[in-house]
Amino acid sequence: MSSTTHTPPGQSREAHASAASEERSTYLTDGYGWKSWLLTVDHKRIAVLYLISISFFFLIGGSFAVLMRLELATPKGDVVDAETYNRLFTMHGIVMIFFFLVPSIPAVLGNFLVPIMIGARDLAFPKINLISWYIYVVGGLITLWIAISGGVDTGWTFYTPYSSTYSNSQVAMTAIGVFITGFSSILTGLNFIVTIHKMRAPGLTWFRLPLFIWAQYATALIMVLATPVLATTIFLLGLERIFRIGIFDPTIGGDPVLFQHLFWFYSHPAVYIMILPGMGVMSELIAAFTKKRVFGYSFVAFSSLAIAILGFMVWGHHMFTTGQSPYASMVFSVLTMLVAVPSAVKVFNWTATLYKGSIEMTTPMLYAVAFIGLFTIGGLTGVFLGIMAVDRHVHDTYFVVAHFHYVMVGSMVMAFLGGLHFWWPKMFGRMYPEALGRFAAIIVFVGFNLTFMPQFIVGFQGMPRRYHVYPEEFGVFNLLSSAGASILGVGYLMPMLYLPWSLKWGKKAGPNPWGAKGLEWTIESPPITHNFHGPVVVDEEAYAYGEIPHAPKFVERPEEESKVVR
Amino acid sequence: MSAEIAHAHEHEHARALPPGVRPPVSNHFEDLEQQEETEKLGMWTFLITEVMFFGALFTAYTVYRSLYPEAFMLASSHLDWKLGGFNTLVLIVSSLTMAMSIRAAQTNKRNLMLVNIVLTALLGATFLVVKYFEYKSKYDLHLMPGPTFDVAAFGEWGPQARIFFSIYFAMTGLHAFHMVVGLILMGWVFVKAKQGHFTPQRYIGIEISGLYWHFVDLVWIFLFPMLYLLGAHVHGPAH
Repeated sequence: MSSTTHTPPGQSREAHASAASEERSTYLTDGYGWKSWLLTVDHKRIAVLYLISISFFFLIGGSFAVLMRLELATPKGDVVDAETYNRLFTMHGIVMIFFFLVPSIPAVLGNFLVPIMIGARDLAFPKINLISWYIYVVGGLITLWIAISGGVDTGWTFYTPYSSTYSNSQVAMTAIGVFITGFSSILTGLNFIVTIHKMRAPGLTWFRLPLFIWAQYATALIMVLATPVLATTIFLLGLERIFRIGIFDPTIGGDPVLFQHLFWFYSHPAVYIMILPGMGVMSELIAAFTKKRVFGYSFVAFSSLAIAILGFMVWGHHMFTTGQSPYASMVFSVLTMLVAVPSAVKVFNWTATLYKGSIEMTTPMLYAVAFIGLFTIGGLTGVFLGIMAVDRHVHDTYFVVAHFHYVMVGSMVMAFLGGLHFWWPKMFGRMYPEALGRFAAIIVFVGFNLTFMPQFIVGFQGMPRRYHVYPEEFGVFNLLSSAGASILGVGYLMPMLYLPWSLKWGKKAGPNPWGAKGLEWTIESPPITHNFHGPVVVDEEAYAYGEIPHAPKFVERPEEESKVVR
Repeated sequence: MSAEIAHAHEHEHARALPPGVRPPVSNHFEDLEQQEETEKLGMWTFLITEVMFFGALFTAYTVYRSLYPEAFMLASSHLDWKLGGFNTLVLIVSSLTMAMSIRAAQTNKRNLMLVNIVLTALLGATFLVVKYFEYKSKYDLHLMPGPTFDVAAFGEWGPQARIFFSIYFAMTGLHAFHMVVGLILMGWVFVKAKQGHFTPQRYIGIEISGLYWHFVDLVWIFLFPMLYLLGAHVHGPAH
């Protein structure tokens, strides 16, 4: 296994000339040809490849949402017909979940930061890392092809027997696309687990790890344990669809509820794949912008694992209304409420970290503060839904839609944007425009709440999800929601424009523009291909913000005396 | 990038390597021990994903088996337990030869290692050939789920028997796919062994390939009694 990228000689002359002023070699200047990117095994370059691809899918998934909100702005079906609307919400869900949210923080920020934060030169399996990106791309291309050729209308949950027997859309191809993409996430998870176990620098014990690493580790556990079950479920669905094998089809002896069990056994833990990495980013942001150690470090660390473990035992709360035994539902209900405990531990501890901290309201911190509030709302409404009686009332209504958007968009996307702004100078060596960043963060916050807060209300009033028409009485709230969505869209477009702009015109960033702690801030921005110039030894806790916040405490030993003892 | 990498390799160069063979430590690892531990943990983690992969099918089996025990017994009696038993034996012996090839690598017996790798692959191939004939006879008897499935053959249990065969084909098919991957792996191991990559100091490649092989074998050890030996053979219809 070789993990270096070599510049093909001659091919990169021109590019070199333009960057001649930049003398220091970084991972970005280590090769310029397309091969040096598409065949790279550098975790940082793969993170950039992922960043580009997930941004692309975010735009695609977002454009489906735009069409949906356009349709829902008025009670009548005047933009699209029911069939098209079904395909829109399905494609929105599939693209956003499998191609944006699941890979977002792990594959972009995690790929970039996990090796650096633990003092390693790369992930344990650099080639597998590259393969996982290619798998993602293949799955993505299949999904794009489906979107172009008519889409799929089953909802992202593929419930049988509709998906297996009755739907006239591209179910089999979509199943193949999702199946393939799953392996990308399995391989990322596998890489992270092995890397975090085996590649930590000497002195970097588990309880000295940044909390981002703990969150990534917990996420990787879920990816590795849950995603294969999705693969098998989708595999069986494909067999059912193509060969009519009868395993999920009630008309020929099968049990469609088994599909739901298997599907949610993956898809509920998958919700935590989508939120845990965001929580990891939160801990880093809060510590960096309060200049304090995260309150109750070990509680926050273990709460990630607790969420990962409990997350495997609550899938039945998606099935309270599908004929599941009421006793099973009771158990699932209690376990669901238990998940709120480690989640609350995190929220309380972040809030406690703010206390007497030296708070700087930079753009990433604005996103972090937004996360705390929005995640609290999203999490607590999750407890509402975990109560069987309440779920009877609001099942399949906009209340559910609003709930999971508060967690997925209000929390995870906020954390992703916060993390992206926070580590942007590290990734590309340039600062984003701060004033514009703060402005965009506020726009996103306002737009988000205007979009989804009304959905809680109409949902509680009984408006069902997944219909393109609705009674007049829900009109005001839907109009508000559509108006909010347009504000939210502007908020998302702003970073998509000023972040690329900053690559060329942004202020140059030093190694540690935030005065933050952590191994990634001890190296140059952007880092060299092998991250560190010499062996790394860690001799202090995470977030050791002492009296003098800028004093470097990580010791990089000179090479001569580096006898690394493991 | 070169200085610290060269340093990482420094103490490895003392170890004699056959000509043309790259230094064994990839340059993002500190030393060989770290690399080997990493590779081993990688394979174990991969096997955990495999357990979950098959786990969903075992769940489906358990659900339907407990819902329709009679249909499952009836359908199971249409499987040839002698062929299944033979294949079980074949796989157990192949695990033995696999283990012996690793032992031979550890004790530096190159020819014994090569012979055992070939034997393992041949046994794996035997398994697949037998499986092919089993599948073929099921297809001829219209026991393959799909439009041609002979529901009438099972009386009132027709649809449920079809579910049994669906699970049978999904599980054994997935297992057979893993066997094919295992055979490709054996081809790779053979080439590497022939080139002298496995020595008593470094045999991680063959060791973790062995882990995979044993795992696939173990899956079959569960599949055989679950699918072939449901008790119906004592009084069930003969072939």
